[in-house]
Amino acid sequence: MALADARARVPALTVVPHDPAADGAWLDRLAQGCARYTPLVALDAPDGLVLDIAGAAHLFGGEAGLIADAAMRCDRLGMTMRHAFGPTADAARALARYPAPPAPDEAAAIRRLSVAALELDEEATRALVRAGLKTIGDLASRPMASLAARFGADAAIALRRMIGDAPSPLDPRVAPPPVVAERRFAEPLASSAHAMEILADLMGEAAADMAERGKGGRGFRATFFRSDGLARTIAVETGQPVRDVALVMRLFAECIDTLRDPIDPGFGFDMIRLTVPRLEALGASQLKLEGGTVRTAAVDELADRLATRLGRGRVRKIRPADTHIPEQTQLELPAADAPPPERWPAVEAGEPPLRPFYLFDPPQPIEVIAEVPDGPPQRFRWRRALHAVRLYEGPERIAAEWWRRRDNKGLTRDYYRVEDVQGRRYWLFRHGLYDEKADPRWYIHGLFA
Amino acid sequence: MRESSSSLAGLRRRVARIAASGASSVRQAERWLASGHERFDAALGGGLAAGRVHEFFAADTLDAASAAAFAALLALRGGGEAPLLWLRTADAGRKAGHLYAPGLAELGGDPNRLLLVETGDAKALLAAANDAVRCAGSAAVVVESHGRLPAFDLTAGRRLALGAREAGTTLLLLRIAAAPVPSVAETRWQVAAAPSRELEARAPGAPAFDLELLRWRAGPAGACWRLEWNRDEQAFRDPALSGALLPLAPRRALEPRGAAAA
Repeated sequence: MALADARARVPALTVVPHDPAADGAWLDRLAQGCARYTPLVALDAPDGLVLDIAGAAHLFGGEAGLIADAAMRCDRLGMTMRHAFGPTADAARALARYPAPPAPDEAAAIRRLSVAALELDEEATRALVRAGLKTIGDLASRPMASLAARFGADAAIALRRMIGDAPSPLDPRVAPPPVVAERRFAEPLASSAHAMEILADLMGEAAADMAERGKGGRGFRATFFRSDGLARTIAVETGQPVRDVALVMRLFAECIDTLRDPIDPGFGFDMIRLTVPRLEALGASQLKLEGGTVRTAAVDELADRLATRLGRGRVRKIRPADTHIPEQTQLELPAADAPPPERWPAVEAGEPPLRPFYLFDPPQPIEVIAEVPDGPPQRFRWRRALHAVRLYEGPERIAAEWWRRRDNKGLTRDYYRVEDVQGRRYWLFRHGLYDEKADPRWYIHGLFA
Repeated sequence: MRESSSSLAGLRRRVARIAASGASSVRQAERWLASGHERFDAALGGGLAAGRVHEFFAADTLDAASAAAFAALLALRGGGEAPLLWLRTADAGRKAGHLYAPGLAELGGDPNRLLLVETGDAKALLAAANDAVRCAGSAAVVVESHGRLPAFDLTAGRRLALGAREAGTTLLLLRIAAAPVPSVAETRWQVAAAPSRELEARAPGAPAFDLELLRWRAGPAGACWRLEWNRDEQAFRDPALSGALLPLAPRRALEPRGAAAA
């Protein structure tokens, strides 16, 4: 129906542009909320969710109780819901999406579904209906080989999945985390402080679980499920595998302190879940004989705490990179996932330092008086101050990485180590040789000690 | 006159009593960050006391690299594995340049020991510094600050000093583009780049530093040194060719070096 027709029939029609991204985000949020029922939630875009509730439904008083709970929550959100249970994901999906005549059980209901539920292409569906095969049951009673011969192997597989002959695996939204501890409450929990105590208990359970397996967690996620359907997740990371309850709780407290909007219990939390998505081997730790903890552990813990407070990219370690472009020779990586230390290029004995202590990135333009074409700088002006060069060494010629560039070119840099009359040492370069560029610019790239 | 002197004597007695009872708060340092330069270390009773706060003022903004490198070299000189925590604000990289690990390696330090922490503003910087000094096990904590740093008042300084003393952490506070104000630092230095010894073909030589001890809680201030860093020996030395001139006579406060250069 065209929009104009619709408006003619319902003058008060509200029109909203289609926004698939927002729909997707909303579906994702619903899926997150459905994590309260089962960890295995798959998206069935654009408007469906498939939940694997095997072994989980009894927690909500059976299938009927679970669906009543879901319907109540959807109703509160102002949504209408259609649902179905099935022995396989595909069957449940077809039963929910296609109207089926009433049937005594699920198997019979599937057999009574229209062949359209197989979602073959239109031509195939029409051909099946013309041949008098109107329901899945009709089709299933025929030999599978003739169906495959006429409509292709896909049709046969779709049918076998529907009646449960072939597996229809679920692609869950998130892989279930290896360690989970959760607690549900009969009455919603209205106090954040109490919630943190519960979280510490859960962390204790998770720590015991991890200790049994000889593992430690590198990341921890606490999800607070509010009784009005909102789920709030806070996550912390550590640089080393840990299972120390006090330490993780300190990180959580640090994280909650930095939240722009604090965790609001609203009408109360009805469930708290702690998951450990990343596990790594961690042996039993041995206390030092003379007492006290291992010393570097304290710094690692500090790094985790600061990374939680300031953001993980703000606590960094430096690792070498294999290139000769000065500003790219160091990689600053978040401390939490920096690789083990590597050796830095050896320095030659007896040489003064050839690289500056501070590097400007990007380099800062300066005005230089120098001999053309490749004399050393005599005098340069930087930040409005004039510096007269007393000592210099250079040029150290560093070519651009032409093999990485599309035009196979790039300007060469001529670096000079200079010292001015006041004794300060600078790293200057001319960007481009005179045969590469008519008027190459000069830059200051760093400050030596 | 007499009254004031007697009340002064009373105060002195009280101070002595407090010092005697709170022995831990005035105890001598047990470790030092030594420079490797015999006379320098001897003059300071072993070097820069560990577990204390030391301030390094760059004589001029252009001397920032010298001040920073001096602090880093003091902290990393001893070798070992202990990490060096380097705290700065996020805009420091744009203002003063990024810490360049190959340059640190060229000076003989191990960049793998560096743990870089960037904070949003000066307030967060001090908060992070407070946590960092209370964490034993680091070689030192370097806090690099640019500008006046009004949040670093006496209370904040005292808090840092107490934390450093309890955990035995050495805090090296770099003050760039700032003027000295009263603080609880154990020593306060003014660092400037010194002309290096000329190598053949007029090349600049090993880094040299002009140091002036502006304040020292445990002794007289005012001494000046000119030290050269010898990477191969991992120690500070006298600049080779001008040894006869050292140590320099204390420079008068009337002619601060920064004023001439600025």
